[in-house]
Amino acid sequence: MARIKLPTVLRPHTEGSAVVEVDGRTVGEVFSALVERYPSLESQLRGDGGLAVFVNVFVDDEDIRYLDGLDTPVGDDSEITILPAVAGG
Amino acid sequence: MTPSVTEPVDGGRRRWEQAVTDTIVVPDAIREAMVAHALACRPEEACGLLAADADGRVVFCYPTTNILRSRTNYTIDPTEHFRALRHAEARGWELAGAFHSHPHTEAFPSPTDVELAAEPDWLYVIVGLADPDDPRVRAFRIREGTVTEVAMRGG
Repeated sequence: MARIKLPTVLRPHTEGSAVVEVDGRTVGEVFSALVERYPSLESQLRGDGGLAVFVNVFVDDEDIRYLDGLDTPVGDDSEITILPAVAGG
Repeated sequence: MTPSVTEPVDGGRRRWEQAVTDTIVVPDAIREAMVAHALACRPEEACGLLAADADGRVVFCYPTTNILRSRTNYTIDPTEHFRALRHAEARGWELAGAFHSHPHTEAFPSPTDVELAAEPDWLYVIVGLADPDDPRVRAFRIREGTVTEVAMRGG
């Protein structure tokens, strides 16, 4: 199972858990399993047909934007890190 | 010294809590590093991340790239954010805040800062360069649209 590391801002949606383990062969499948378990994460993770704008996702050490996005393969030992965009004016 | 306030987030699986105080230790060297980065990036906005130790003291500063290269907005380079997270976690720290500059205005959160502040427990430090010869550094927490200033103490 892939390990998903969640930022503080998303932990209220996972009953406080900082790390969640779910099955999936791609990032998209992992997110589907995650949302099934924690439905309120849906709007936090997904935007129009893809990833939410203010979320960055890394599989192991790589930003999935530079891989295959939500189709990026995930192995049993993969660590998925979700980071909120840090932005302002 | 104001006593710390504990804000528990209760869950069936695991209890998670984080102490929040209204005075935070920010070593002078880190304050100076934030100002130096702000001056170097001027007239564009500078940005970066802050790590804190288990006691909540700010112990490290990560100047980062503003991928917007803008005078009025910033977004931290996500890869640099990730590397900073890895660096901090390897040392038993956690990312506890962000800093950015206002190259032409005061050190107070803009409406955009308030709107985009994602982490309720983070410290948001702003370097105001309205007078570049007299940089101002102030720290805030931004929670659900509410801005609260946090006193910084050197050390």
